[in-house]
Amino acid sequence: MSAPPIIPTEETPKARHPMAEAWEMFRGNHAAMVALVVLTLIIITAIIGPYIYPTDPFDMVWAPFSPPGVDGFLLGTDYLGRDLMAALIHGARVSIVIGVAAAFMSVFIGVTVGALAGFYRGWVEELLMRITEFFQVLPTLLFAMVIVALFGASLPMITFAIGVVSWTAVARITRSEFLRIRELEYVTASRASGAKNGKLMFQIILPNALPPIIVQAALMVGSAILFEAGLSFLGLTDPNVVSWGQVIGSNRQYILDASYTVTIPGIAIFVTVLAISLVGDGLNDALNPKLRQR
Amino acid sequence: MTDDTQNKPLLDVQNLTVRFAIKRGGLFGKAKYLYAVDDISFQIKRGETLAIVGESGSGKTTAALAVARLVNAYKGRVDLDDTDFLSLQDEDLRQARSKMQFIFQDPYSSLNPRIRAEKIVREPLDNLDTVPNEERQEIVDKLFEAVGLHPEQQRLFPHQFSGGQRQRIGIARALATQPDLIICDEPVSALDVAVQAQILNLLRKLQADFGLTFLFISHDLGVVQHMCDTIAVMYMGKIVEYGDRKSLFNNPLHPYTKALLSAVPSVDKKRRAETKRILIPGDPPDPLDLPKGCRFANRCPVAQDRCRSEQPNLNEVTQAHSVACHLVNETGIAPI
Repeated sequence: MSAPPIIPTEETPKARHPMAEAWEMFRGNHAAMVALVVLTLIIITAIIGPYIYPTDPFDMVWAPFSPPGVDGFLLGTDYLGRDLMAALIHGARVSIVIGVAAAFMSVFIGVTVGALAGFYRGWVEELLMRITEFFQVLPTLLFAMVIVALFGASLPMITFAIGVVSWTAVARITRSEFLRIRELEYVTASRASGAKNGKLMFQIILPNALPPIIVQAALMVGSAILFEAGLSFLGLTDPNVVSWGQVIGSNRQYILDASYTVTIPGIAIFVTVLAISLVGDGLNDALNPKLRQR
Repeated sequence: MTDDTQNKPLLDVQNLTVRFAIKRGGLFGKAKYLYAVDDISFQIKRGETLAIVGESGSGKTTAALAVARLVNAYKGRVDLDDTDFLSLQDEDLRQARSKMQFIFQDPYSSLNPRIRAEKIVREPLDNLDTVPNEERQEIVDKLFEAVGLHPEQQRLFPHQFSGGQRQRIGIARALATQPDLIICDEPVSALDVAVQAQILNLLRKLQADFGLTFLFISHDLGVVQHMCDTIAVMYMGKIVEYGDRKSLFNNPLHPYTKALLSAVPSVDKKRRAETKRILIPGDPPDPLDLPKGCRFANRCPVAQDRCRSEQPNLNEVTQAHSVACHLVNETGIAPI
């Protein structure tokens, strides 16, 4: 190098990705870290649990209404003598897969709609936002029930139903972030240096709009699990697949005689959704620079 | 090079007008427009610098954005080296952008926070495909050196730089495609004074080294004096005075320019004693409800009836100096 730089020589700081700082921030949040550990355990259970505990949750293995801990069944049996522990472990898969898949779907629809509306403005925005409002005013549970009732209660259809009714929040958040970011100078700078619209939208604006979308997506997983539980409680579920909500739904008549049959899957749902919410909250604090100063 | 090509301006802006719709016209009521830039013309010769100065809201930044096709012009013509810039569409426009680059005012918001410095500087090359892939890194290395940054700083993210360093990155980015014209939109107004001088010196050095042409937007006459060959003073979307640096600074004709210049602090005691501060009372007029006559009339200390009823045109006083004021007569004597 020939020309001496004008800047006083100081130690060059290490290049740190903004995400690395967010992770550091997240690590400092104890509640979120505990929740993350709990959530990881639940996900591991969902993935490998059925291999370790292969009892079929639909098999009648013992006498009905055997209380937890008695007769060698850790969580007892339900009204048909089915092992609740097996139902919980096998059901975790369905609940989490539906939760994650539905959240993915609503994020996909929501980001696409919000990005197009926020980027192009004008009639595109008008049209897409009216459609969004249409979906917002529909009573979500009822609409999901109608979809499932009409097209059959298979897992993909339930996922679809949940995704379709819950993307509006993501679309609104994405749009508002796009509206804010598209006016920033670095977007103009990219345009001035010849970036195409597709690049501007998905490589320049979207990465900067992601933090609130990630938070919303995390919370959406929780609400999708609740949604699925609600639908299966009402019997709108694939009868051949066990899920937490379905266990609650099928045992609800015996809530007074054998309350544990309902409480145990209920606690599972509660713990999972709470853990997801706390992680989402932690993400919010870590990714939102305005809150960092707090 | 013949005299003819030498005298031909690199950038020729004619009757540029930018308006924004404030109220959409519909079934009821007429559309209402705000004319941010109203019929301005200027030229820049290759290797020279034109400054547009004016207060906030005078339309100087909008004019610059319209020249670079970052805001849509309503009327007018922008010729860059014989390319009619305003008529370019989609892909042609995108490719033509390599000829005209922009340095932004705020170094904090003009760099994408999620991208490393090297990639920011590289972006124009990646977008416009002007050079083969293998050569791009070499160009980035050279640009970092040219703007006075360390090569090891290439890996850093924008938030790890100071304001002055960030502006250097912005300058390197603007240089990447070897543009003919660089538009500097108040490149130093967000920086503190010591850093301002560094950046201005850097710009001047780069201009000398690479033969750059600048369109320089500023509200700071001290900065402009340091940088420019020609100056256009804007007020409420109009150019009120246009001339080369010497004649405009030594002999300001428009009362507005005069007042602006009288506000520039000077360290020279004698000069300070000579210049009387000209105060301009009041506020600029409502841009949606512009006066019929001269737009400066309501604040002008020497305004007459004619000024309030008739709009002045930009008239040549000498070959290199034009002014839009009724009270400046052919002899070129300032009214105050």
